Amino acid sequence: MHGFANPKRFLALAGWLTPVLLVGGILLTAGALGWGFTQVPPDRLMGDTVRILFIHVPTAWLGMGGWTAIAVSSLVFLVWRHPLAAIAARGAAVPGLVFTLICLATGSIWGRPTWGTWWVWDGRLTSMLVLAFLYIAYIALAQSAQREGVSARIPAIFGLLGAINIPIINRSVVWWNSLHQPPSITMGKSAIDSEFLVPLLFAVVGFSLIFGGVVLARMRALLADIQAEARLRRRAMEAD
Amino acid sequence: MKAKHQRLVLVLLALVALIGAALLAIYALRNQASYFYLPEQMEADPPQVGQAVRLGGMVAPGSLATMPDGITVTFTVTGREDSAIAVRYAGILPDLFVEGSGVVAEGRLGADGTFVADNLLAKHDENYVPRELEGMSEHQAAEMAEETTVGLE
Repeated sequence: MHGFANPKRFLALAGWLTPVLLVGGILLTAGALGWGFTQVPPDRLMGDTVRILFIHVPTAWLGMGGWTAIAVSSLVFLVWRHPLAAIAARGAAVPGLVFTLICLATGSIWGRPTWGTWWVWDGRLTSMLVLAFLYIAYIALAQSAQREGVSARIPAIFGLLGAINIPIINRSVVWWNSLHQPPSITMGKSAIDSEFLVPLLFAVVGFSLIFGGVVLARMRALLADIQAEARLRRRAMEAD
Repeated sequence: MKAKHQRLVLVLLALVALIGAALLAIYALRNQASYFYLPEQMEADPPQVGQAVRLGGMVAPGSLATMPDGITVTFTVTGREDSAIAVRYAGILPDLFVEGSGVVAEGRLGADGTFVADNLLAKHDENYVPRELEGMSEHQAAEMAEETTVGLE
């Protein structure tokens, strides 16, 4: 574990792992979506609208998974002071935001024909929108902390605080009456027919690989950014 | 105690306090954060007549009727328990609005105890079932699903 925490060793590993994850993820996702869009029968009530499930569910899970990654990395950074953990947290923020926004958009498109409305302020939808705002705030905070040379501890604390929203999103449809349906997939049980479930699971794996690849790419970019900045600062000092 | 452990204890204490605060807030919000009343909640604690509220539940099978004017429909909404509230609505019905399915009605409780809806939202449940399996009993559907997936094993 500590071996990979070395930035040099991390860069060597991420160098070949990034394209593997991205290419594998794109191929798997394309296959799962192609299957889901053309081969799966329409739902008994929703008809063809059900196909949006194959994008909505993986992006929703990864939107929440992204903040979970931020929270865990922030905890590691705060306790063990490992700089790479702070980079990992920042790397998960942008893909997490993008996946959350895709989830909100696809949910809205699904809601119009299914519920009869683009948006309602029920517990699930509202807490997911809050997650998108938390991501935006986190990205702005982490960026300005780096630019102003403030300790990365401040975004890390924010990352931990924001994690309280994740169980709220997950439980919102159970605790409160909501327009959004309760969970279809719970521990070992699924209310989704296997004709939909199998391509959905492939799409989840595919989107997860893409997510991992983007996180690694973002981390490499952030490390390069920090290195370049340090080099410029050194050169400016020498010139003085 | 090493500094590392001190930080770990500090962060964990802060997290426990945070979760406690969140649980208290959620407990305080438990009624306000619900998107609609279930029929049993509306019967137990009826809102004021004319106050804008939402009622959610199942459209009772066999209760849907169209009035002579052709646009007004009446139906009964049932909840988890044995309670039912009559609803009247004039307007376009959502595509997924069928008897035995979930609905959220926006409107107000009338003086006669009937809920007058201005807008209906169809509520989808957690089940995703292909069209071919519709109307089969659960047992039949499971059998058919088993047959179709045999080749995949």
